Amino acid sequence: MEVLFVALIGLFFTAAVYLMLSKFTIRILLGIVLLGNGVNLLLFTAGRITREVPPIIPADTSTLAAGAANPLPQALILTAIVISFSFFAFLLVLTWRAFEELGTDSTDEMRLAEPLDEPLPPMGY
Amino acid sequence: MAASAPAWTFIALFLPFVAALLAPFLVSRLGDKAAWIIALAPALSFLHFCRFLGEISAGEVVTGGYAWAPSLNLSFSWFIDGLSLTFALLITGIGTLIVIYSGGYMKGHRHLGRFLSFILLFMGAMLGLVVSDSFLMLFVYWELTSIASFLLIGFDHEREAARRAALQALVVTGAGGLSLLAGLVFLWNVTGVTQLSLLVHLGDALKMSPFYLPALFLVLGGAFTKSAQFPFHFWLPNAMEAPTPVSAYLHSATMVKAGVYLLMRLNPVLGGTPAWEILLPFFGGVTLITGALIGIRQTDLKLMLAYTTMASLGLLVMLTGFGSPHAIEAAVLYLVAHSLFKGALFMVAGAVDHETGTRELPLLGGLRHAMPVTFAAALLAACSMAGLPLFAGFLAKEEIYAALAAGNPRAVFFTGAALAGNALMVAIALAVGLKPFIGQRKNTPRHPHEAPITLWLGPVVLAALGIVFGVFSPLLHAYLSSPMASAIIDEPTVVTITTIPHLGLPLALSVFTLAIGVLIYWQLERARWLMAQMLESLGPGPDRWFDHMVTGLVRFSAGLMRIIQPGRLEIYITITFILVALTLLVPLFVFDELPDMPAWPTGLLVQEAAFFVIAALGIIAVLRAADRLTAIVSLGIQGFAVAVIFLLFGAPDLSFTQFMVETLSVVILTLVMTRLRLSVSDHRPAGQVVLDATIAIACGLGFALMLLKSVGRPLDPFMTDFFDAYSKAIAHGANVVNVIIVDFRGTDTLGEIAVVMITGLAVLALLKLRVGKRGEG
Amino acid sequence: MNTLILRTAAPVITALMLLFSVFVLLRGHNEPGGGFIGGLIAASALAIFGIAHGPGAVQRAIRFHPMAIAGAGLFLATMSGLASLIAGVPFMSGLWVYPDILGVEVPLSTVMSFDIGVYLVVVGAITAIALALETEPENGSAHDEGSR
Repeated sequence: MEVLFVALIGLFFTAAVYLMLSKFTIRILLGIVLLGNGVNLLLFTAGRITREVPPIIPADTSTLAAGAANPLPQALILTAIVISFSFFAFLLVLTWRAFEELGTDSTDEMRLAEPLDEPLPPMGY
Repeated sequence: MAASAPAWTFIALFLPFVAALLAPFLVSRLGDKAAWIIALAPALSFLHFCRFLGEISAGEVVTGGYAWAPSLNLSFSWFIDGLSLTFALLITGIGTLIVIYSGGYMKGHRHLGRFLSFILLFMGAMLGLVVSDSFLMLFVYWELTSIASFLLIGFDHEREAARRAALQALVVTGAGGLSLLAGLVFLWNVTGVTQLSLLVHLGDALKMSPFYLPALFLVLGGAFTKSAQFPFHFWLPNAMEAPTPVSAYLHSATMVKAGVYLLMRLNPVLGGTPAWEILLPFFGGVTLITGALIGIRQTDLKLMLAYTTMASLGLLVMLTGFGSPHAIEAAVLYLVAHSLFKGALFMVAGAVDHETGTRELPLLGGLRHAMPVTFAAALLAACSMAGLPLFAGFLAKEEIYAALAAGNPRAVFFTGAALAGNALMVAIALAVGLKPFIGQRKNTPRHPHEAPITLWLGPVVLAALGIVFGVFSPLLHAYLSSPMASAIIDEPTVVTITTIPHLGLPLALSVFTLAIGVLIYWQLERARWLMAQMLESLGPGPDRWFDHMVTGLVRFSAGLMRIIQPGRLEIYITITFILVALTLLVPLFVFDELPDMPAWPTGLLVQEAAFFVIAALGIIAVLRAADRLTAIVSLGIQGFAVAVIFLLFGAPDLSFTQFMVETLSVVILTLVMTRLRLSVSDHRPAGQVVLDATIAIACGLGFALMLLKSVGRPLDPFMTDFFDAYSKAIAHGANVVNVIIVDFRGTDTLGEIAVVMITGLAVLALLKLRVGKRGEG
Repeated sequence: MNTLILRTAAPVITALMLLFSVFVLLRGHNEPGGGFIGGLIAASALAIFGIAHGPGAVQRAIRFHPMAIAGAGLFLATMSGLASLIAGVPFMSGLWVYPDILGVEVPLSTVMSFDIGVYLVVVGAITAIALALETEPENGSAHDEGSR
């Protein structure tokens, strides 16, 4: 079963990295979203895969039933999903605002902080 | 005994810092008269240290201190023996006179208060430096003196020369400070102690250690830069850009002697080895000759004195490293005598400058009638510097020759160096202390008349002490030189030399020195011309090299920045992911840790397989999306597929969350994309596609292999079992995931919701910002 | 997207979703659910209402600025953690009381108030983002209304 997850995660990472290597901000953003999903699946798989039994303790016992899913990665992923979403929203707005202010979506042309022909720093005292 | 009560010593050590804080207020209320009041602070410190004279001369040491960071074995502790005490008295005593002198010299200057504040800051730092017991304290004070020196040299910061000199001094002494720190860390590591007083007894162990030489070099790096030894000497003459009181105090009497102090302090620990006895005399000797020769060439009174200071420091280093008790005694005597006469001569030079408006030797002459008191002080100081009998300088010179002329070939070489250096210094002493005052009266920019008491008090006291110490030498030896020499050699030593000349080789050498010195003085013009020719032929010195080094460094770092930070995000990301891929893949292959080939999963359900395929198709669709709508939809597809996969494999919480997030993502993506007129299509050249795809596949493969390897190992169930066992029993919750989030790892969650909150604020700020900007434009 | 059907259905959907979100929040300790999921459901509900009737309407409906709600949530969560300090146990230790209300034993805890804090932060922050994006940027006054 793990091998399927591994293959899918590999695909997620490959696609995410390829998109992030683009010059264009919106594609970098798409790459970041895929990367977030890939990482979540990676955590999930690293905690081992079980089928269908959620980590909820039945009413009549005090511990999980045998074969229940590992709750720890789920707790980590759950907060990670929400955080990635807020991060995504922020980056989306940032991309939009950068486009509005700078008139470009190519990172190569965004040279406000590091101008192309920056002069040497002062040499005197 | 009350005098050794730690609290009083603590107050005496901090009094200069307190005075430094108060100085600007006092000056703004009382004008330049405030200097007299401010001088009380160092004077009180001086008196406090005087009370230790009895104890120290009886061979005891005064220690005390307070715990600072006990866990690190650090304390604020002092250790006062003969060496520290002599330095402390010089610092506070000369400091008192300098403060009074500054009041007169800087009279009417609008930043007098600031100036006095810096002087006192330095005084406190220097005082702390010489009494420090712990390494860290020593280092902190050491750096503080460098900073105070920077502030004082650059005091006249509107002139470029002053700024350059200040920066140069800071860079050179600061680099030396780092070297010292490294050296001290070595000493600490090898011996395991952090206190100088304990270190003294561990010298033998240290000398056996393989780290002895590195430690020695690093410590010497600190001492040589601070004490302006060749080839680090260039900052000292440039430091003459500072107002004259600074030159008299920091750059002749005290700060530059910090390096010598350090060498003397560490003599029992590091000294006595061939390396020590070769390096110190050699560099000291070279510094002595260089300083004296360049000094002859100068015409500016202060510069002449500056180069002789450098020469004297060379002499002190040479004597400290020579390795015989006599040489140490000579160093002690010379150090005291030098502080007195050089401080006095600098102050005289300042007074002459103040009264006549020039420091150029050829423009000065016949001032003896106009400035009789200054002349008397100058003459006395010059005699001491020249080493005439009855003066402290004579004692020092006799002892130097007695120590060096021991007979072996090595001694002959250094005797020659000392002779040449001393003769040149005699000539300069006469040129500075005598020449401006005798001969024809010359026209000076200002009409000279006697300096006010503030300007002559310091030189007169110091010059008079030079003769008092000479005449009453037993007193000097009993209270200062013997305890100090004992501390440096680390065994009881008694200095006996007196000022009454007794026939022998040392006296003959002294007379010879004097004769050559007078001869050079007589032929001063010619000697200066000769030196000018010689220096001309040698080309630019280390001073110019420093400038080239600074420009070179700036160009180099600017060039380096252009390479590693070209300003293109693409390159940064490319490099980052190449490194990620290498980090993942290289260890797997190098250590042969590749995972076993997994078996094809059996018993795969149709719906499970279907959603894996859908997720994969979604990803591929995102990659190939050529317009906005495709991108949004395919992004949604892979997200919902992941949500279903979570549901199928026992994570309903994750599944619901992912569903909601994907819905909201699609909503806000649509909202922004409809406004954002940008194409999601990618135009990469073919070569770029191949490179990017290679990196991407390498990263994906790396993560996949790492994951496969880790799931192939048994899972450590420790944490999971813990949550399983206590979720219902202690935290009263059946949904273990939720219990972990809100209870077991609640603090973590608190941080995470704070992040969510901050992104919300950041988004609002980004959108608000535009409204403001539009409104303005 | 401003169709009549959506505009008619939106208030009902929103109300139902909000109710559902509170349900998910409160049952979260023992069944699937919790503050994060509940918060996201509520935020989606408000976003739908915003799409149908405009951000101004949402703003009027929830009375407070969304970020103020988020701030209150963060405050509540922090206070829930600090409450354990008063009880003399380490920060974030859960405290439980079981008052008897109308004959039914109701378990109340700082863990639950913490989860409510999480819910409020998520609702507030994400609604603020969604409303700010729904606001037409050219229309300055509408934008201000939506995000103040």
